[in-house]
Amino acid sequence: MADEQPKDRTKIARQFIEAIPHAKVLGMKLTQIGDARAEIAMPYDARLVGDPETGVIHGGAVSALMDTCSGAAVMVHPEAPIATATLDLRIDYMRAANPGDQITTRAECYHIARSVAFVRATAYDNDFDRPVATATGAFTVERAPV
Amino acid sequence: MRRPEPVQIVKQRRDAALQRLVAGVPYIQFLGIEIDRRGDELTGVLPYDEKLIGNPMLPALHGGVTAAFLEVTAIMELTWSMTWEDMEAGKITDDAPRVVLPKTIDFTVDYLRTGLPRDAYARARVTRSGRRYASVNVEAWQDNRTRLFAQATGHFLMPQRDV
Repeated sequence: MADEQPKDRTKIARQFIEAIPHAKVLGMKLTQIGDARAEIAMPYDARLVGDPETGVIHGGAVSALMDTCSGAAVMVHPEAPIATATLDLRIDYMRAANPGDQITTRAECYHIARSVAFVRATAYDNDFDRPVATATGAFTVERAPV
Repeated sequence: MRRPEPVQIVKQRRDAALQRLVAGVPYIQFLGIEIDRRGDELTGVLPYDEKLIGNPMLPALHGGVTAAFLEVTAIMELTWSMTWEDMEAGKITDDAPRVVLPKTIDFTVDYLRTGLPRDAYARARVTRSGRRYASVNVEAWQDNRTRLFAQATGHFLMPQRDV
């Protein structure tokens, strides 16, 4: 049945993301997925602190979250790539995330070409009115052989 | 003319300063990154670990891990070059206030090849270091120094000193 397919793909994407060893150690949880969009949350963890003076999470951990979430958005694009990898990712850091808050990232694959997908993502702490960081990325698109 | 300092004194001072810098950042310990020093040249070393994997099928290093490794190396290089003179003058001691780290403004990573499940290395170059802003370039490789698997450029906000 045609309308069962997106649901299956969402399930596959969820299983795939939750099986990533590095996503697991960072405690990432897929909170929403489907139709070229994904939302992933990462709890605050003292091991991820980048500046011990302030307790603020290291930008690198935010990068890992942004990258995972962006890849997930590509995987659930309706054009159904079978695999993807990051070509480039630019992250702009707007402000320090509030220590103790979980970080939530929302990504959208806003355009897909034959071999490349374009994604933007935004990261938030508990204050969803003021983003912590934004990202734009280009991803490879592996299509199933026809 | 003053005699040059004994080599052990010089090494001890530099290694202690670097150690203080690296050990203070929990996330560097979490990823297992080590910083190797030859004179003033730093090399980030990321020993392979299963928890760094992003694609278990290939398997390949997580793109986020690669970005983080490059960013850590860039920040360490920038901080190291920023504090080198004070450190050589013996101003950075155990009871001196902690060195304030530069803040990342933006960071752009090019993924050139798949990160293989083995150790990775990175070296950064400060292309411009001003009073407020700095620009840093960083390259990472695995088996061959000339076959980069990722490179990045970042802009950083420098900590305000002596204000």
